[in-house]
Amino acid sequence: MTISAEFLEPIITLVLLLLLAVIAFGIVRVRGLFAVVIMLGAYSFLMATLFIVLDAVDVAMTEASVGAGISTVLFLGALYLTDVKEATGRARRLAPMLVAVVTAGVLIWGLSDLPEFGSADQPIHTKGADYLDRSIPETGIQNVVSSVLASYRGFDTLGETAVVFTAAIGVLALFARRRSDGKG
Amino acid sequence: MIAGALLAVLVAVALLVVRVLRGPTTFDRLLAANSIGNAAIVLLALFGFLTERPEFLDLGLTYALLNYVGTFAVLKFYRSGSLGAGAEDGT
Repeated sequence: MTISAEFLEPIITLVLLLLLAVIAFGIVRVRGLFAVVIMLGAYSFLMATLFIVLDAVDVAMTEASVGAGISTVLFLGALYLTDVKEATGRARRLAPMLVAVVTAGVLIWGLSDLPEFGSADQPIHTKGADYLDRSIPETGIQNVVSSVLASYRGFDTLGETAVVFTAAIGVLALFARRRSDGKG
Repeated sequence: MIAGALLAVLVAVALLVVRVLRGPTTFDRLLAANSIGNAAIVLLALFGFLTERPEFLDLGLTYALLNYVGTFAVLKFYRSGSLGAGAEDGT
């Protein structure tokens, strides 16, 4: 019995999406925040796998390192500073609901601006081919890779630098020994 | 053959997700989440060979390194901070 990759790929995608939805509902339902952090890690790993199946290998790598690795460390740091129990009450429900609705609205609004899937006239295909010629007169940087990274994609690089910085903090937090108690 | 293995791993991931959701203790969830990471690595390698891109094996190795960070962080938090002790019941 042989099953082709073309047949299998949508199945894997669908199953992974389904599992992601299931975990997301679980995260909302569970009250112990310690468990939620672990579930978020599992969610990130499934999400990264989905990204790889969808051929976005670099995004998957970022998701796995930031989502499953560093986020876990940061969430645990937040838990250490606050509490592992979720606060309850009516006022605590409205604010998260508002944030979720606004975020979802912004994301859906952003989706409407995306080019059609697979269309040839999206910016990545039409713009950018002339960077080799434009680079030196516009930026004065001899190396085109440097000029794209630091000038044309400056904000992107700034964000990446922030991610690397956060990652370094996470690693430090992992390996640091606490000074306050003796058993450490 | 590879496709069958892929489907089997997907079923395993689904079972692990059930364990992550149902608990009952934090450590069950932690072990299941870690196993989801392992299953994702296998899934990745199998998918790479299925689509004739064996380079995915390298990605799987990186995943293995990352998988360990989260678990390590949770366990360290549990050992050193007393805050984690009260959050066993996750319903």
